[in-house]
Amino acid sequence: MIELHDVSYRYGAEDLLSNITLKLAAGSFHFLTGPSGAGKTTLLKLCYMELMATSGQVTIFGRPADRIGRDGVAQVRRRVGVVHQDCAFLDHLPLLENVALPLTVSGQSTEANMQELRDLLAWVGLSGRTGALPPQLSGGERQRAALARAVVMSPDVILADEPTGNLDWEMSLRLLTLLIELNRMGKTILIATHDLNLIRQTKAQIAARVLRIKDRRLQLAGADL
Amino acid sequence: MKLAAEILSVIQGDPRADRAVPPSGFTAQLTLFTGGAMAFLAVFALALALATARLADRWSGELAQTSTVRISAPDAQMEVQTKAALRVLTSTPGVKTARALDPAEQRALLAPWFGPELPVETLPIPQLIEVFETGAGYDAEGLRLRLKAEAPGAVLDDHTRWRRPLVAAAGRLNLMALAAMALIAATMVAMITLAANSALSANAQVIRVLRLVGARDSYIARAFVRRFTLRALGGAAVGTALAMIAVSLLPDAEVAGGFLTGLGFSGAGWLAPLVVPVLAAFIAFWSTRLAAMKALKGIT
Repeated sequence: MIELHDVSYRYGAEDLLSNITLKLAAGSFHFLTGPSGAGKTTLLKLCYMELMATSGQVTIFGRPADRIGRDGVAQVRRRVGVVHQDCAFLDHLPLLENVALPLTVSGQSTEANMQELRDLLAWVGLSGRTGALPPQLSGGERQRAALARAVVMSPDVILADEPTGNLDWEMSLRLLTLLIELNRMGKTILIATHDLNLIRQTKAQIAARVLRIKDRRLQLAGADL
Repeated sequence: MKLAAEILSVIQGDPRADRAVPPSGFTAQLTLFTGGAMAFLAVFALALALATARLADRWSGELAQTSTVRISAPDAQMEVQTKAALRVLTSTPGVKTARALDPAEQRALLAPWFGPELPVETLPIPQLIEVFETGAGYDAEGLRLRLKAEAPGAVLDDHTRWRRPLVAAAGRLNLMALAAMALIAATMVAMITLAANSALSANAQVIRVLRLVGARDSYIARAFVRRFTLRALGGAAVGTALAMIAVSLLPDAEVAGGFLTGLGFSGAGWLAPLVVPVLAAFIAFWSTRLAAMKALKGIT
């Protein structure tokens, strides 16, 4: 699905990531951990092309990222659902339209998919909030709405950046259950988090690979996880 | 073909795409006002351009086809010299007709300065002969020599001396009007580009989100382009209508006489201003599209 081969990312004079090699195989479940500022978000951005590697090769769905044009990037993002750390909603649109946004921009009718949208919002526990504007939602509701939007196009890959950052433990487990359910449906999952309890909880249920970014490099996490 | 499809999609619109970009009051009003004001000025510049073109044509055409022979002679010789001059003129190749103005016509010519009661017959004023040329025209120098021999008091005025600066002035006015129209168009490009850039900057976060969920550049640009094109079209339509009303209220040529009275449109010329709103929409379409595409290049 997505492969990074000897990838480095430099911003100005500073190396943020060095010699990263990662392969996200179809149906795999990965955690990406590391301290704040380690480069987790940067690595995720390389995977959905918000950033481009300064060296090395990123391959997305079999195509080298540096040969994908701007329209191609849009196509890639329809196959990669992203739960952003800041959720990134359009504040003037109600929740239902925000969740349907990937359908709208790809030219699909929201009306034709209305039942699926309502089912999706029910799945993330937001049935009663369809008309609410994003600023009216709690942190947990925003995270779940972001997950709903990330999966609305039924993407092959789901990338989540600190998806439980604003959630209490109960809500975090609920979101995790949703992600595990998606993985069991064959979706490839990569979650950037520093919540070790969440990782342990997941490993107890499925075979998840845990990676850690340390000193700008990627390594397999030890048995302590 | 691709561009035609894009123009069609801008006209048809997509309510959901329009909703994705929040309405921006200030830039909307600015674009409407710019479209209206520029269209108003453009219609006046167009009226001036068409009027000066007509004027240049008329002056160069009409004056080129006519000449005047002025006979200044003592009363006793006036009639003899007039007849001699007419004989010379009617036998000159290139002269279609020649006729002496009667006292009533001479009085009418002098009326603006001396009033209608002027006793022309009793005053020592020259006799005028109106000469109409054929398309090929005549040899002015040869005619002058023959007139000098047959009617010594006759002076040929072929209008060349004062026709040239008039035609040149009309031509320059025409160029200035065209330049004014070009400047108006350029100003409109600048104003709409500024307004579009302002709207794009204000909506940078919206654009980022749209890109992140898989929107193509053309989809995002279309939302802005459609909005600005329709605003410019609406504003320009109002500005054009107001300008056409203002032009129609200008005095008629017959009422006031003189140069400025020909400033309005005539006949099918009234259709020309209808192009202005279309041009305004075209300018807005391209200005916004270029601004949007440039802004989008900076957003991954």
